[in-house]
Amino acid sequence: MFGYLIKRLIQMIVVLWVVSVLVFAMMSFTGDPTYMMVPLDATEEQIAQARRLLGLDESHLVQYWRFLLNVLQGDFGRSFVFRQPALQLILERLPATLEIVFLAMVIALVVAIPLGVYAGANPGRPLSRAVMAGSLVGISLPGFWVGMVLIFVFAVRFQFFPSSGRGPTTELFGLRVSFTSWEGFRHLILPAITLSIGTLAILMRIIRAEMMEVMKQDYIKFARAKGAAQKGVLFKHGLKNALIPLVTVFGLMLGDLIAFATLTETIFAWPGIGKLLVDSIYRGDRPVIVVYLMFVAFMFVVVNFVVDVLYALIDPRIKIK
Amino acid sequence: MNEAARIPVAQPAPLLSVRNLRTWFHTFGGVVKAVDGVSFDVAPGEILGLVGESGGGKSMVGFSIMGLIDPPGRIEAGEIVFEGEDLARLDEARMRRVRGKRVAMIFQDPMTALNPLYTIGNQLEEMLKLHTDLPSARRRERAIEMLREVGIPQPESRLDNYPHQFSGGMRQRVVIAISMIARPRLLIADEPTTALDVTIQAQLLRLMKHQVTQNAASLILITHDLAAVSQMADRIVVLYCGRIVEKGRAADVIERPRHHYTRGLLDSIPHHDKAQARLRQIPGSVPDIRKLPPGCAFAPRCPAAQDICRRVEPELVETATGQAAACHFPIEAIR
Repeated sequence: MFGYLIKRLIQMIVVLWVVSVLVFAMMSFTGDPTYMMVPLDATEEQIAQARRLLGLDESHLVQYWRFLLNVLQGDFGRSFVFRQPALQLILERLPATLEIVFLAMVIALVVAIPLGVYAGANPGRPLSRAVMAGSLVGISLPGFWVGMVLIFVFAVRFQFFPSSGRGPTTELFGLRVSFTSWEGFRHLILPAITLSIGTLAILMRIIRAEMMEVMKQDYIKFARAKGAAQKGVLFKHGLKNALIPLVTVFGLMLGDLIAFATLTETIFAWPGIGKLLVDSIYRGDRPVIVVYLMFVAFMFVVVNFVVDVLYALIDPRIKIK
Repeated sequence: MNEAARIPVAQPAPLLSVRNLRTWFHTFGGVVKAVDGVSFDVAPGEILGLVGESGGGKSMVGFSIMGLIDPPGRIEAGEIVFEGEDLARLDEARMRRVRGKRVAMIFQDPMTALNPLYTIGNQLEEMLKLHTDLPSARRRERAIEMLREVGIPQPESRLDNYPHQFSGGMRQRVVIAISMIARPRLLIADEPTTALDVTIQAQLLRLMKHQVTQNAASLILITHDLAAVSQMADRIVVLYCGRIVEKGRAADVIERPRHHYTRGLLDSIPHHDKAQARLRQIPGSVPDIRKLPPGCAFAPRCPAAQDICRRVEPELVETATGQAAACHFPIEAIR
C-alpha cells in the first residue's frame, strides 16, 4: 500500500509537469495577451511597461523557468485581471461547480441504477426497451440545448425554477454553498439536471450491459436456488458484480463534469470554475488558464486513485500494488 | 386409473412425486421438449439417480422442481407434488420459501456457483438469514459447524475467506455446506462432481451421501456417470431425449438393464476387472431434440431396432420387480 502511494505520488508529479509544459507551449503560440489588458489608446511606452509588469517581456523559456521555481515555492502565479493568486481564484469558485456536479451525479445514479438494473435483468420487456430508447436520446442531445429547453419550460413558461445565477449562499466550513437554503437549492436544480442527462444515459447503458452479462452467471442462479428474493438477487448478487466498469466510467465522468461543466455554467450564468475558464480564455488571463488545466490534471489523478481503491474494496480478488 | 390403489399401504408416501412433467422451450427454431412426460417418485431418505447423456433433459428436471426454468422455457403440464404440495402451481413468493429451505440444489461447476465478491461465511449465513430467525452470533456458529461437517479445515478462519481462496474440491464442499445448512428435505445435485478432479469425486459423493443420510433427507443425483450412480443410488431413472426410457431399483438396472440405451451406457464404462480391448460406444449421437424421429427416439442408434420402433413410440412397461423400460424389444433377463 505504501509503495503504491509513492508510485501514485510520483505519477502525479510527472503528469502535472507534463501538463504545465504542454500548456506553456500552447500559450506561446496564442500571441501576446498584453494588448487585451491595456486600454485601446495606450501608447507604445505604456504597453511595454504593462508587458514588463506582467512578466511577458522575457523569452518563453525564461517565463517557464520562473513559473517552475515559483510553483516549487507554492506560488502558482497571479491572475492578470483580478491581481489575485490564480489558485485562490479557482478554489474560491470550486464549491459552486462541485455543488452542481455532485447533485448531477446523484441524480444520474439515482435514476440510472434502478432503470439500468431493471433493463439488464429483464431485457425485452417494454419498459426496458423504453429505457434503452430514452438513453439513446439522452446521449444524443447536446447539453446546451437541454439547458435552454429546461430554462424555457421551467423558468420562463412555468417559473418553477430561476433561470440563472447562483442565488443566496451560506457559509459552511468556510465555503460558500447554495444547497443549504431552499432558495439556493432551487437555483441548483436546472443546471444539475442539464449536467446529469448525458452521464445518466451512459451510466444506464453500462449498467444494463453489465447486468445482462452478470445475470447469466451461475452464482445468480445459485442465489435464486437459495430462495433469495428478486431484489436480493439483483442488488446484492447482481449489481455488485456489475460495479467495476461502472466505477471506472463514473470516475472519468465525474472528473469530466467538474473540469468541463463550462457550457452548462455559461448557459445558467453559474459562477463556477467552468465559467472562470471561459472568461479567462476571453481575457487572455494566462496564469488562470495554466493553473486551471493543472488543477484538472491533478483532479483526474486523484479520481483515478480513488477508483483504484474502490476496485480493491469491491472485488477481493483485486489487490492494490 | 387409480394411482393410489397400486401403492401398498405399508409403503410410506413419497416425499416427491413427479407426474407427467413436461418442460418445453418455445424457441424460434421450434419447440424443444426438454422434459416430455416424465414421472417418478422419490421416497423419504431415498437416493435417486437421474441418468442420461448431455442434452437428455436431466438438468431441466432438476430446474423444473426448483421452479427455476428461464424463459422461453416453462412447465407445460404435469405435477410436482412435494410433501403434498404441487410445486408447479406455487406462486413465486411461496416457491421462494421452498427453495433452499425444503429443496436445495447443487450445481455442476463450483468455480462459478459461488459469488466471487462475498466471503463464504456471508454466503452460508445468507441461507440462514433467508430461512431461519437465528440471531447473527448463532448463524456464525452454525456456519462454522457446517463447514467442519463438510471437512473444511480451520473453519473459524476460513469463514472470512473468499471463494477464490479455495480449490475446486473445497469450493464444492462449501456449496454442499450452503445447500445443507437449512436442513432441506430434498437435495438435487446436478452433475456435482463432473467439473472436479477424479481423485476427489468419490470423496465428495461420499460426503453428499453422508450429509443426506444424516439429515434423513432425499437426494436426486443427476449425472451421466453411471458408475457413480451405481454406488450411490437406491433407484435409477434413465432419461433419453426428455423421456424416461428405463427406471427401477439400482441393482436391477445396473445388472439387468432392459433398455438398449441403458445397456449402451453401461457398456461404455471401463471395468478394471474385465480385460477388454476397446470400450463399446453407442453409435451416433443424441438427435436434435426439436426434430425427434417418430416412434422411439433411440431407434436410429439402437442395435435391436425393428420397423415398429421407427413408427410407434413404446410405452413404459413395468415388470413384476418394479423395473420399467420403454422398449418394444426389451432385453430379457438371462438367468
